[in-house]
Amino acid sequence: MSYFSNIYKGVKTLLTGMSVTGKVFLNSRKGSITQQYPDNRETLKMFDRFRGEVVMPHDENNEHRCTGCQKCEIACPNGSIEIIWDRKVNPETGKKKKEIDQHIYHLGLCTMCGLCIEACPTDAIVWAQNYENSVFDRSHLTKVLNQPGSKLMDGVED
Amino acid sequence: MNISLSITKTIHEWLFSIMSETAASITEMILIATVYLAVFAVFGLYLVLLERKVAAWFQLRLGPNRVGFKGLFQTMADALKLVSKELTGTVKADKFLYNLAPYFVIVSALMALAVFPFTQEFQAFDINIGIFFLIAISSIGVIGILMGGWASNNKFALIGAMRSGVQTISYELSVGLSLLTMVLITGSLQLSEIVEVQKSGWLIIQGHIPAIIAFMVYMIAGTAETNRAPFDMVEAESELGAGFHTEYSGMKFAYFFLAEFINMFIIAAIATTIFFGAWLSPFGITESIPWLGVFWFLGKTLVIVFLMMWFRWTFPRLRVDQLLTLEWKYLLPINLVNIVIMAFVVWQNLIIQL
Repeated sequence: MSYFSNIYKGVKTLLTGMSVTGKVFLNSRKGSITQQYPDNRETLKMFDRFRGEVVMPHDENNEHRCTGCQKCEIACPNGSIEIIWDRKVNPETGKKKKEIDQHIYHLGLCTMCGLCIEACPTDAIVWAQNYENSVFDRSHLTKVLNQPGSKLMDGVED
Repeated sequence: MNISLSITKTIHEWLFSIMSETAASITEMILIATVYLAVFAVFGLYLVLLERKVAAWFQLRLGPNRVGFKGLFQTMADALKLVSKELTGTVKADKFLYNLAPYFVIVSALMALAVFPFTQEFQAFDINIGIFFLIAISSIGVIGILMGGWASNNKFALIGAMRSGVQTISYELSVGLSLLTMVLITGSLQLSEIVEVQKSGWLIIQGHIPAIIAFMVYMIAGTAETNRAPFDMVEAESELGAGFHTEYSGMKFAYFFLAEFINMFIIAAIATTIFFGAWLSPFGITESIPWLGVFWFLGKTLVIVFLMMWFRWTFPRLRVDQLLTLEWKYLLPINLVNIVIMAFVVWQNLIIQL
């Protein structure tokens, strides 16, 4: 008797599938996911998980959270990140401390794998949501992430 | 040479008044063929556009909307591009069959259009074996596909063509038998008489339960006959490249493409004629305006075409063994039992007449 129940189940599941797609079809006017890109350039906002490029956020005092631990540099599989660092004497405590001079990021080499951001212990680098990354000269793709004159935020290392 | 071409009486009588009978018949046939070719070439293009739009809406996309107003000229532009493209071919192809195949497919598709009753006066060729002719023509297109697949000397094309042969030979049984079920009610194969019978209720209402079963079987088998998804193993982009038309380019490819969509229209038009009363309006609401029949016919056909598109964008593709199981173990026995039920219904006069 499984023959007849097969027919019944077959027809039923086909109708279930058609009702699902039918509902999507009827609601397609409201929720089209297509972005007509060059036309809506002003309003287009990328979603949170979009991987545009790696940036280092700075607060209003021009302070970042990068301690210069170089974990991102080690994590990067194709050498997109180079950190130039130095030991400087902290004027308050008098101790020598590691500090970044330049956090160099080669966007042209980056594959957007995100391993550096996962590796960062202090959340100093994050993904940006920008998407228009083409430039006329490849030297523009080499970026220094920390702004000139910036320094480490207090309390990050504790 | 005196075939009754009752397309419009005035042109008919005018032609016969100025020429001899033979010359007038031939002129008339050429005229009608030209009109049908022109109309259905454009109509086929718009079916492609409709398919793309419907597909987009099913997938929450927008679809073509750039060329012309709301993208209405998209497929025209595509056709122009295909016309201007180079016709390439394989070196070791069987040149004669390779070049013949697309014409075979498109001609067999267009031939079927001759017998449809678009409205009472607008039927090019009212043959007394109408349904038989339609079944024969709709399954003859597979020869073109087999020729194309065989002659292009390509393994993917050959596999696609062989699958098409298996599929069409299996499923034309179901198409034929489901239409035969309805012929039990009408008692005639002539399409104009089938429409006449339906003046007391469309056949799907007259035949109630067995008619609905026959319609479902017909839609499944008809979708398989046109080689559309979920039965598109002939093309199966993800498995075979493009199937039988892998080696075709330019206008020859366009012929295959157009034939697929015209075939879809034909399957839908047969369903309209047999099950849904052809050009008859529901409850006879526009009976006083006969030319509106064209709109009713095309409207009903497009609804069924939409149903086939709905199938395409809902169901996943079948495997070859599943395809044959569906036909030989399910559709065919159901169909045979259904014919017996329909015969009983007709015998006991259980037909619902409005």
